[in-house]
Amino acid sequence: MPTNGYDDRKNRTNLGSHLKRETSVIGRPLMKVDAMSKVTGQALYADDIHLPRMAYARMLPSTQPHARIVRVDTSKAEALPGVLAVITGRDLPIKYGILPVSQDETALAVDKVRFVGEPVAAVAAVDEETAERALELIEVEYEPLKPIMSIEEALEETEVRIQEYGHAGNIHKMVSLQFGDVEAGFAEADYVREDLFFYQGNNHLAMEEHSAVAHYSPDGKLTLWSSTQTPHYVHRALAKVLELPPSRIRVIACHPGGGFGGKSDPFHHEICAAKLAMLTGRPVKITLTREEVFYAHRGRHPVLMWVKTGVKKTGEITAMHFRSMLDGGAYGSYGVATTYYTGALQTVTYKIPRYKFEGLRVFTNKPPCGPKRGHGTPQPRFALEVHFDKICEHMGWDPAEWRQRQACEPFSLTANYLRITTIGLRECIEKVVEASGFKEKFRQLPYGRGVGLACSAYLSGANLPIYWNDMPHSGAMVKVDRGGGVTVYCGSTDIGQGSNSVLAYVVAEVLGVRPHDVAVVTADTDLTPVDLGSYSSRVTVMTGNAAIEAAQKVRDLLFRAAADELGAAPEQLEAAGGRIFRRDDPGVGLPFAKVAQLAEARFGTLAAVGSFTPPKTPGRYKGAGVGPSPSYSYTACVVEVDVDPETGWVRVPKVWIAHDIGRAINPILVEGQAEGSVYMGLGEALMEEQVFRRNLHKIPSMLDYKSPTFLETPDIETILVETNDPHGPFGAKEAGQGPLLPVPPALCNAIYDAVGVRIDELPVTPDKILKALERKAKGQEPRVGPDRMPDVEWSEPIYVEPPDLEHDPSLVPATGSS
Amino acid sequence: MLRLPPFDYYAAPSVEEAVAALRDHGPDAMVVAGGTDLFPKMKRRQMEPRLLVGLRGIRDLYGIRRLEAGGYRLGPMATLTQVSLHPELRAAYPGLTHAAGVVSSPQLRNAGTIGGNLCVDTRCTYYDQSYHWRKAINFCMKKDGEICWVAPGSPRCWAVSSSDTAPVFVALGARVRLVGPEGERVIPVGELYGRDGINFLAGKRPDEIITDILLPPAEGWESVYLKLRRRGSFDFPILGVAVALRRREDGTVAEARVVLGAVESYPVEVEEAAATLVGHRLEPDVIEAAAKACFKPARPLDNTDLTLYYRKKMVPVYVARALRRLAGLTDEAQRRTA
Repeated sequence: MPTNGYDDRKNRTNLGSHLKRETSVIGRPLMKVDAMSKVTGQALYADDIHLPRMAYARMLPSTQPHARIVRVDTSKAEALPGVLAVITGRDLPIKYGILPVSQDETALAVDKVRFVGEPVAAVAAVDEETAERALELIEVEYEPLKPIMSIEEALEETEVRIQEYGHAGNIHKMVSLQFGDVEAGFAEADYVREDLFFYQGNNHLAMEEHSAVAHYSPDGKLTLWSSTQTPHYVHRALAKVLELPPSRIRVIACHPGGGFGGKSDPFHHEICAAKLAMLTGRPVKITLTREEVFYAHRGRHPVLMWVKTGVKKTGEITAMHFRSMLDGGAYGSYGVATTYYTGALQTVTYKIPRYKFEGLRVFTNKPPCGPKRGHGTPQPRFALEVHFDKICEHMGWDPAEWRQRQACEPFSLTANYLRITTIGLRECIEKVVEASGFKEKFRQLPYGRGVGLACSAYLSGANLPIYWNDMPHSGAMVKVDRGGGVTVYCGSTDIGQGSNSVLAYVVAEVLGVRPHDVAVVTADTDLTPVDLGSYSSRVTVMTGNAAIEAAQKVRDLLFRAAADELGAAPEQLEAAGGRIFRRDDPGVGLPFAKVAQLAEARFGTLAAVGSFTPPKTPGRYKGAGVGPSPSYSYTACVVEVDVDPETGWVRVPKVWIAHDIGRAINPILVEGQAEGSVYMGLGEALMEEQVFRRNLHKIPSMLDYKSPTFLETPDIETILVETNDPHGPFGAKEAGQGPLLPVPPALCNAIYDAVGVRIDELPVTPDKILKALERKAKGQEPRVGPDRMPDVEWSEPIYVEPPDLEHDPSLVPATGSS
Repeated sequence: MLRLPPFDYYAAPSVEEAVAALRDHGPDAMVVAGGTDLFPKMKRRQMEPRLLVGLRGIRDLYGIRRLEAGGYRLGPMATLTQVSLHPELRAAYPGLTHAAGVVSSPQLRNAGTIGGNLCVDTRCTYYDQSYHWRKAINFCMKKDGEICWVAPGSPRCWAVSSSDTAPVFVALGARVRLVGPEGERVIPVGELYGRDGINFLAGKRPDEIITDILLPPAEGWESVYLKLRRRGSFDFPILGVAVALRRREDGTVAEARVVLGAVESYPVEVEEAAATLVGHRLEPDVIEAAAKACFKPARPLDNTDLTLYYRKKMVPVYVARALRRLAGLTDEAQRRTA
């Protein structure tokens, strides 16, 4: 059984400035508000939607990795009975993209295709079979261009360009930042080590394939139901590409059957469904095939990495220099942000006083990479934690103790100006080491068996929005009706992480009602205030704070209305158990519904809004926008392995993971996120890879793209560490992404402990282990991994002096409650 | 989602009528049993039959029963689950029931049949792809194209025999009864298979149906099957090792068959390995010699999961582990082999 880090005695919190009491909802392992409708199959997913007269659409994939489109002839397809409309790139020429700096996508390829599987045309027909037959009748004439399929090729080839913009040639983005005199840091180190790593790309593999249904009403209003994590951004993209006023577009995010970052961009099929609905006057549905999901992709970037660190004999890190090269695929997607993220969070785990980061992203003729759980940080975290394991081994340090000693301090500022608030890393390490028996096992288990430790940090939401604006990141509205029912409206999207339940929990806690008495209306651009979306682990922190603010405003009205009746000042009242009552005399109170009626009679319709804007970030350099967060979560993980030296097979009997959640709003949901992260992290570490052969995806199916089943999933013991963060709703930090990060490096460190070989590239397939063992037997370096980084002329770094807290105390983060 | 193309379905009431339908419709017709292999392949246009002859309604094709003369008769429509859980078969032919029980996933074993598993199409990562994917490489010789992409200079198709049960049936010396328009015949299971990935069922005419799988008496025989695959469920074998042998009272091997799956377009019987076993006890050096003999006949290529070098390297390892299991040698390696 997982160990829960909660007990009821700990459920005390700061509920606003004037009120301290036991919580009745927060911290309790309650059922999700939509659990029953999901497990009984009644929750509505996009592909479940059937509207009268609905048509079905399919998209024609490019068969060329890189080619000019000479001619597209759709006449035969249009003539096929049952076909309602056929569109090509010329019908949707306006470019879009999730980031303002990379508006490089079109809904259907115009003039050029950039990867096999890129949609070239779309057909709406009376059924999918007819649409599919029509696709086969579309004639496309291509003029092939040289395909560019790897980081090395992209760096070498400067004449043939995949995109017409970017840094230079096929380099999309180059980043070069330096914080302090890194060379001086290496000079004063007692040991300087360099290592190379590679992390292969992989797909999110959400169980549900993307699906969208569009309806264009005779009143000129477009509605799109979609399995999206970011209805607000889809709303913006539709308005831009379809040239409709945003007020005429409504985007509704259905329950997505898993997201993991793979449904965070505006997608081809969403725009095509909308356009075809407008052309045909009928509702149009597009549901991707699994193969098309591999082409829509936006998954983990393959990243080649080099890291150099200096340490003193006493353990302190003197400087770090990190380089990353990302294989971005054919389009920008979130890639500029991903590039920064491969270098941003190195500093928030252990104290690194001087730091230099150089990163670049190349375009290749593959489906675009984007954000997958951890977004650009699992790759460097893998590199760092294995690199540190090697340093500890060389220096003879205990890897757990060294990490504890070097952990960042609470309420501190890093060399790259990231503001750390609470940090439970030391406690996470302590707990996970104790639970796993790490000290008794490390370097002491029989040959073939081993344990490895790794740690990580992740942000609880990005402090900066994706498009520049001064508005809040999240808005919520709370309405109370005369019957005592409460409704919370918020633009957030529940992608399975439980964000709808979190809204219900926090509102129920503030108003003293049960979560199931709270109706939750989310992810509908007509009905709900904007929330930027389910990405960057921002939802609980940002929507939670916004909903608390709205609920507190309503509660203030309720308390004012009840005060006279109860003969006490509003400040002396409390809401709990469906009643509003005197704190000094809990027997004197009124039912919640009665107070709602009094309040409505006095103040009019009872509703209030709340919003959340992240704190300002102290960094003032170009690129300072990526990395800052209201708070960082911390994780420590121990993986135990059983390696078969004859076959190279790795079995994982058990994983222990301790996560600093700040405060668990619902510990069961947090544990679910941690367990899901362990599962996903092991999949990436051991088998998942988005690989290409003959210029196209080698294995775009769930049979041949290997991802673990629950037979491969180990026992997982989750330990929650609570640090009560001042920026979090009830002290909460993120849980959705951070716990994935330490899993791959902990696995690789465990493999080294088991059989003495270093696998410095993911995934760790059994052939790589055998190869490393063979090298070891021959007296060669017992390692499999990259042996060089391509030569590149890096830009002159932007030099930033690390913060001088002694001379500028205003930079020191406040420790007080928000 | 991927949709099935249109086709006609003929629910054959008897073997004779099924065979007549196959004869009358020629290459346009195909037999369907459980459909777990065929339907996905039809969705990807790897197979485009206009008529499916369904065997579900033919009572004679079901059932598992002991033959009076010894041995067992398996109806080809017995599901893989039924075979894998059959108590008498489990006692008599543990290699077979284990093989049937590790095919794909529980759901597909409930639908998939033992006859279907014998006839399962050969597999290749250049072939088991959608129509549009295959069009992007200009198809391959197994369907719609000219070339074998995994061995471009080769005149033949190298798609991989991917049946878990076929190597065990061959090792056990099982036979099949085939019924066609010209009557019936009984052949050893091994003779069902041709020597290339396209005509992989060369021993069976297209209008013949397997009506019986006949297992010889198990008395004195031991069998084992080891499967290499990435995950504990779903995956086709990327190496299968079936061994059946009979030992004398003194422990020396009297008869043996060693058969490899998923390393060629057909189950590969390695007679040299069997020959090294016969007359000897299952001792480490004998096991090692038999395992070594299996290295060369295995010819995996880069058209399924993991690297071909790795899969080839695993052949002697898995053969040795299969033999050690029969020899009752328990060691670390046994613990780590599924």
